[in-house]
Amino acid sequence: MSTREEREGWLYASPWIIGLIIFTLLPMIASLVISLTDWNLLTPPTWVGLGNYKQMLFGDPLVWSSLWITTKYALISVPLNLVVSLCLAMLLNSKVRGVSVWRAVYYLPTVVPGVAVALVWQWLFNTDFGAINAVLHSLFGIKGPNWLLDTRWIMPSFVFMSLWHVGAATVINLAGLQSIPESYYEAARLDGAGPWPLLRHITVPMLSPVLFFNLIMGMIAALQTFTQALVMTGGGPDNKSLFFMLYLYSNAFQWFKMGYASALAWLLFAYILILTLIVFRWSKAWVYYEGGVRS
Amino acid sequence: MKLKLIRQTGIHVILAAGGALMLLPVIWMIATSFKEPESIYAFPPEWLPHPFTWSNYVETLTRPGMAFLDFFRNSMTVTVLAMIGNIASSTVVAFAFARLRWRGRDALFVVLLTTMMLPQHVTMIPVFVLFKYLGWIDTYKPLVVPAFFGAPLYIFILRQFMLTLPRSLDEAARLDGAGNFTLLTRIMLPLSKPALATVAVFAFRAHWNDFMGPLIYLNSSEKFTLAIGLHMFHGQYGTEWGPMMAAATLTVLPMVILFLIAQRYFIQGMAMSGLKE
Repeated sequence: MSTREEREGWLYASPWIIGLIIFTLLPMIASLVISLTDWNLLTPPTWVGLGNYKQMLFGDPLVWSSLWITTKYALISVPLNLVVSLCLAMLLNSKVRGVSVWRAVYYLPTVVPGVAVALVWQWLFNTDFGAINAVLHSLFGIKGPNWLLDTRWIMPSFVFMSLWHVGAATVINLAGLQSIPESYYEAARLDGAGPWPLLRHITVPMLSPVLFFNLIMGMIAALQTFTQALVMTGGGPDNKSLFFMLYLYSNAFQWFKMGYASALAWLLFAYILILTLIVFRWSKAWVYYEGGVRS
Repeated sequence: MKLKLIRQTGIHVILAAGGALMLLPVIWMIATSFKEPESIYAFPPEWLPHPFTWSNYVETLTRPGMAFLDFFRNSMTVTVLAMIGNIASSTVVAFAFARLRWRGRDALFVVLLTTMMLPQHVTMIPVFVLFKYLGWIDTYKPLVVPAFFGAPLYIFILRQFMLTLPRSLDEAARLDGAGNFTLLTRIMLPLSKPALATVAVFAFRAHWNDFMGPLIYLNSSEKFTLAIGLHMFHGQYGTEWGPMMAAATLTVLPMVILFLIAQRYFIQGMAMSGLKE
């Protein structure tokens, strides 16, 4: 290994390394320090020690309600998206003419900007003049609910809306399905396996690393839900769509409580980290890596 | 044969039903944008604009304080600059990870993979404070400059692609006396076009659709990008669905056109980002 190559390796990687230090590592340390202060950016910060954390954990019911709302949303929408994307991917993987057109149709919503998504869905959910209640009315003769204005329907509305982006996970699953050798299925069919055993014993285990990836990324994204809540409901009705990120944003950039918002950021970070570690541990029981040893 | 036909038809029927649900919001958006107010607030709602009108677009584009053409230009400026930054920096870094041997490379690659999962919200406040001290608030710098420091996902995609290119190319180039820079620009880059296209469309989408960045960094409305302009429009004319859907359609249109042109690269990139192990 020449020292020249050594030097050039670091040189070529340096944009990312410098960026990592400036935009990730130092800010993380700074964030910890800021979280121990009271700071509105106009006057110098005052040291409050663990005051923000105490306030957050014991004196602010909105912290817990927003964390619970965010968790509930993730718990319902992520598995739902996982199952639907798996079914869709299997349909899209079948050798049927014109299937690539459908693939494009399902992927299209994922390129639409988030603000536009939120606006369009707000209009779709409109009680009296929205398309969803129109469909319910004309197909089933039901009078639809006040989706975004009713505390009981706000969560189903957000979950329902999340399915519109199922295409992203579907495309990833589809690529995973296409990498499973056809010979596995042929061999199993020769042994007389039907569709269910094929799914249970070949498709799911072979696809498990991809499903795991979708689970982790879906979970991290769901726990940071923001744009839809800010644009569509502003957290209402009755704070029932006050997602954690929206509360964090309001603290930081509307009320300029930088210290408190930083403490909130660390709470969410710790929460995401713990959930991710739990899922990682749990994954050892069901994720199968080809050539890997199962513990 | 007959059974196969039934199966094929069945698959198409299910996919069509789901596909209709996927397209419904887009159709609803476009239909509303061409409707007269009377048919927007009709019960039961009408699907097709009748009578058909352009007036919502005229209104959106001429509303005082809502310079949608300027928003469009601002979005384009920010997106193109950030995209150039992403591509240039990520290519160089990917080359270091794929083709050069240096101590710490493999450990740093693990760090890179980990940062892909790192929630951005933890660094948001300190980075905002940093840019505030630099006097960058209400400029495009916070939206563009960080793009020049590489993005983990794009570095990953490019690195994976470069790894598939034969090593013999490097040796041949080195025998001809080429340095690393020549190797990267003359040999690796031309051969990496598919991966570069994937990164380009992904970066375009990320910056065009970015909401949080412009939301916290831009204050004066003449500097707004489309995403944030649309948000302001919603804040001021919240219930005027006709002009609002026209504005939304104008925001979505460039992305849809790009998707139709470069669909292959979107889908390839998405698939690639999921297949890392």
